[in-house]
Order: sequence, then C-alpha cells, then structure tokens
Amino acid sequence: MTADFLTIIVGGCISFGIVYGMTPPLISILNKKSMHVPDVNKKGNIMVARPGGPAILAGIIGGIIALYLGTGQPAVLATIPTIVMACIIGYVDDLKVMPGWFKPALLVVAAIPLVLFGQYSTDLEFPLFGTVNIPILYIGVILVMMPIMGNTVNSIDVMNGVASGYMIIAGVAVAIILALLGRWEAFGLCIILVGASLAFYKYHRMPSRIFPGDSGVLVLGVTYGCVAIYGGVEVVAAVALLPAIANSFFFLYSVKRIVEHRQIKRSPVYRDDDMILHDTGDPQAPVTLVRLILRQGPLSEGGVVRQILKLSVFAAILAMISGIMMMI
Amino acid sequence: MRIYAFLGGMWGLIIIGGGLAVTVLGPLDLGVYSINAVVKGGVAILLVILWVFILVRLTRYIFK
Repeated sequence: MTADFLTIIVGGCISFGIVYGMTPPLISILNKKSMHVPDVNKKGNIMVARPGGPAILAGIIGGIIALYLGTGQPAVLATIPTIVMACIIGYVDDLKVMPGWFKPALLVVAAIPLVLFGQYSTDLEFPLFGTVNIPILYIGVILVMMPIMGNTVNSIDVMNGVASGYMIIAGVAVAIILALLGRWEAFGLCIILVGASLAFYKYHRMPSRIFPGDSGVLVLGVTYGCVAIYGGVEVVAAVALLPAIANSFFFLYSVKRIVEHRQIKRSPVYRDDDMILHDTGDPQAPVTLVRLILRQGPLSEGGVVRQILKLSVFAAILAMISGIMMMI
Repeated sequence: MRIYAFLGGMWGLIIIGGGLAVTVLGPLDLGVYSINAVVKGGVAILLVILWVFILVRLTRYIFK
C-alpha cells in the first residue's frame, strides 16, 4: 500500500511537472504560429494563446504511464485511447468550428475503447440506497457519460481559469471519496487529473496566458469521466459537476437544441466601458450560469469567476456528503 | 442564493432518483436475461425523463 501510494504521488507529480514545464514553450510556439484568440473580457484587444490541450494531454498520459509502471496494473492503460481521442476531437474543433452535434457524437465513439477493454464494474452505486446491477445498461451509461462530462466541462470554460480551477475542486472532492473507499488505482488517476489541472491553472488563471481550448477541456472532462467509471463513483462525480451540468441544462432549456456557443447570435451578457459584465435582459438570448449570476448585479470578470468557483466548492461539499452516504 | 437552492434541489433529485433506481430496477427480474435488460433500460429512460421533467418545473419555480 505504501509503495502504491508513493507511485500515485509520483504519478501526480509527473503529470503536474509535464504540464507545468511544457506549457510555457507551447505558449511561445502558439504565439509564433499566430494561434491565439482575443480575450473578450479584457481591454485593449489582448491575444491569448490557444489551445493548451497538447500540454494537458501529455501530462495526463505521462502520469498514467508512471502509474502503470509503478503498480504493474494494466487496467489504467485502458483509459488512454479514450483520452487521446477526446483530445483529437477537441483539437479539430479548435482549428475549425464544427456543428453542434460533432463533439457529442464523436465522444460516444471515443468511449467505445473504454467499453471494449471492460475495466469497470456494472454496479451503479447510489448514496443511501445501495447498488443496482445493470450489466447491459451500464454500457449505455459509459457511452452517454463521456459526451456529458466532456461537454459540461467545455460549457463551463467561459472565463479565465474557470475550467482548470473547477477541475481542481471537483477532482479533489472525488479523490477524497476514492481514498475513503480504498479505490487506490482510480484515486491515482484522479490525482493525475488534479496535478495536470493545478499546473495548467498557473497559466490559465486571470490574466490568462493560455486557454485550454476544446482539446484541453475535453481531455479534462473525459479523464474526469474515466475516473468516475473506473472508480465506480459516477454519482459522486456527477454531483461535483452540478454547476456545470446546471449551466448546460439552462442553455439547452432556453435554446432547445444542441448548438455551439460560438454559433449563438444573441449574447446573454454585455460589457460596459470598464469591462464590467451585465445581464443583457434579452429574453431571446440563452440562459447561462454566468447570466444568472449577473442577475444579482453587474460584476467584473474576476467577480464572476469567484462566484462560479464558490458554486463548485458548494457542489464539491455535496459530492463528499454523497460519497459518505455511499458508505452508510 | 437561488442558484444554490437550485443545485440543492438537483442534488435532492439525484438522491431520490437513485433510491427509485435501486428499489425499482434492482429487484426487477422477468426471468429472461435479454428481456430484463430491455425492460430495465426502458424503466431507466423513464426515470431520466421524469428527472428532467421535475427539473424543468423546479427551474420555473426557482427562477420565475
């Protein structure tokens, strides 16, 4: 157990180290190739490098390989094809705006290797009430879970540092529950995710030097989904993601179709001359989490980010309560 | 505060939904494996639809 725990810590450190070390040269390369986008919430047309997905992917894959070499358990390797495919899907979307169905549909395909390798339990565990065995239905759960996790994390990537900060908070909550349940391999994968998110947050937090892009957020979301399935903590992971799920729900509820945010013509928020964000009040514009936060009054970008991260802490607490309820 | 209430409501629905899944889907056994899988799948989809329906009502109530 001690050796395994050390391996997990080493895996997390490798993941952190690769992302931390690889991101600055990636920023330089992206800027040289003019692969940058304007930060719309800043004055003066500031350009930010994008995407950071390759660095996040390298860190997570490096951490997984270290975990495998340390534990000798090949099960964790089954997550690699799914995570790599998610990065490729996101990268294509980073280079060219694809239709709304593109990512959800292809993320279902990306989940297939996870099903084929069969490294999961078909018991779905619920807080308080116990487990239900759903052998065939669980395959559907995996196929649905990957697009949901990937796209909900993508949908919350709205401002500087939100997606990576959010994954740190949710990842820590899930890791605590996995440790309490003694599911050490999934705990190891979760620590790798937290390590990569933490390192990327250094460059992604306000003012961002790099954006993760779709490739980055899909890698984070899909890895998070793999942790949930691999560790048998699907409900806990979903609860920790509730603000992001609520954001996707509000968006779909108001728009009533699957569509890319970039394709929305009417904006739910506007910026005044001091870059303070306001709700537009436009009934035709989509409802989003940011818009609901701004209904309480105008806020700076930093203020909105703090509100979203506070919501994620609240959801993380609910997730940990759910996890503890699973042990009753 | 409304957003926190909404998240709390979503969480409560997940806990109750889980209870329904365990108590309804768990003991469901129609003898034939494939029929079991189809029926359990159908019941699960119905539960998800019910969950979304209640969530829509909750959204309207909290953010009216």
